[in-house]
Amino acid sequence: MDLVSLAVRSIFIDNMIFAYFLGMCSFLAVSKKVSTALGLGLAVVFVLSITAPVNWLLQQYVLREGALTWVSAEFANVNLEFLQFIMFIAVIAGMVQLVEMVIEKFSPSLYGSLGIFLPLIAVNCSILGGSLFMVQRDYTLPQASVYGFGSGLGFALAIVALAAVREKLKYSNVPKPLKGIGITMLITGLMAIAFKSFIGIAV
Amino acid sequence: MSTETTEVQSEVKEPKKVSEPLLSKRRKQILSDPLNEDNPITVQVLGICSALAVTVKLQPTLIMSIAVIFVIVFSNLIISLMRNLIPTRVRIIVQLAVIASLVTIVSEVLKAYSYPMYKVLGAFVGLIITNCIVMGRLEAFAMGNKPYDSLLDGFGSGFGYAWIILTVAFFRELLGSGSIFNFKVFEELGIAYQANSMMVDSVGAFIILGILIWVQRYVTGYVEN
Repeated sequence: MDLVSLAVRSIFIDNMIFAYFLGMCSFLAVSKKVSTALGLGLAVVFVLSITAPVNWLLQQYVLREGALTWVSAEFANVNLEFLQFIMFIAVIAGMVQLVEMVIEKFSPSLYGSLGIFLPLIAVNCSILGGSLFMVQRDYTLPQASVYGFGSGLGFALAIVALAAVREKLKYSNVPKPLKGIGITMLITGLMAIAFKSFIGIAV
Repeated sequence: MSTETTEVQSEVKEPKKVSEPLLSKRRKQILSDPLNEDNPITVQVLGICSALAVTVKLQPTLIMSIAVIFVIVFSNLIISLMRNLIPTRVRIIVQLAVIASLVTIVSEVLKAYSYPMYKVLGAFVGLIITNCIVMGRLEAFAMGNKPYDSLLDGFGSGFGYAWIILTVAFFRELLGSGSIFNFKVFEELGIAYQANSMMVDSVGAFIILGILIWVQRYVTGYVEN
């Protein structure tokens, strides 16, 4: 039950985009068409749900203070936490490389339409942010896995919703200086208000 | 006689050999373009995440700006110095390694000297690694330009980022908490002000940045297709 409520929380309430602004760059750049947005969303779900548990194991058994006691009792005082950023980003970059190869093999058309944004998932803050939040909040392994999957799904939901709005926006009369990023920003703000109302629901 | 002519010749040749002045017109442009016309946040739409996340109060925003300027300037310089040694295929990993090392330095310094501030900024210091401005400048500028130019470009982009997030933070703190740098402005002026909690929330950040972009583009006349 705890895991279900965590999943709901990470999708709607602690949404990566609307509550923490993580992954905004690709959120704004790839949300012009629903089909591409969906592709990127699924790629992010995949990468996040794998990197969160992998980074959890890394943190628990290698990086944390006293984590290396399973090797030998002498390492009880070793604290490798300063390596955290580099190790996490290495795992993420490796995973992204893997996803890139898989997509190129099985869906060349999606690979073409995502273009530069596929490798840029490596620098998508929502991925690294997911891992850092997971460490900050002391999640257990099952919690970390659910959190990774849920926040990936939250990102996918947000980007597809915005893409759907922006597809219609092409036909509307927007003041010239507000076109593009300006109006998108305001729409995201309004969507964030809608998502805020989930806070009132106890889970 | 012959020596004189050679001297004259060398004098004539000399100005051609002299390198560009320290702040030539071109270099001034490298420095000033990202401040307004080619601003990383409002025009290139990079680095939005951290721009919005840390701007609830001015003080953490200021620390964040300084951290980002440090990281962007030094990563630009280091990558530009190494640019002829990096194989193209592994350049992203090399760039990330340089950025991550610099961010680790910032994070450790902050932990040591200003622990409360480190707690406030939390995961967002680490997220400078994935700040697209840093990575974007390395890809677009430092990989193909000389170290000194890259240094200037780093300063330009860093300050372009800083003034936008400081402006956003100014309005969010003023309207959301009724204060500036934790100084209660409205109370001091004797005005009753009901703080708007929407501004403390993420919603305020989106809307203020949206309006800021609107105003800036109205002034510069930049229109997106």
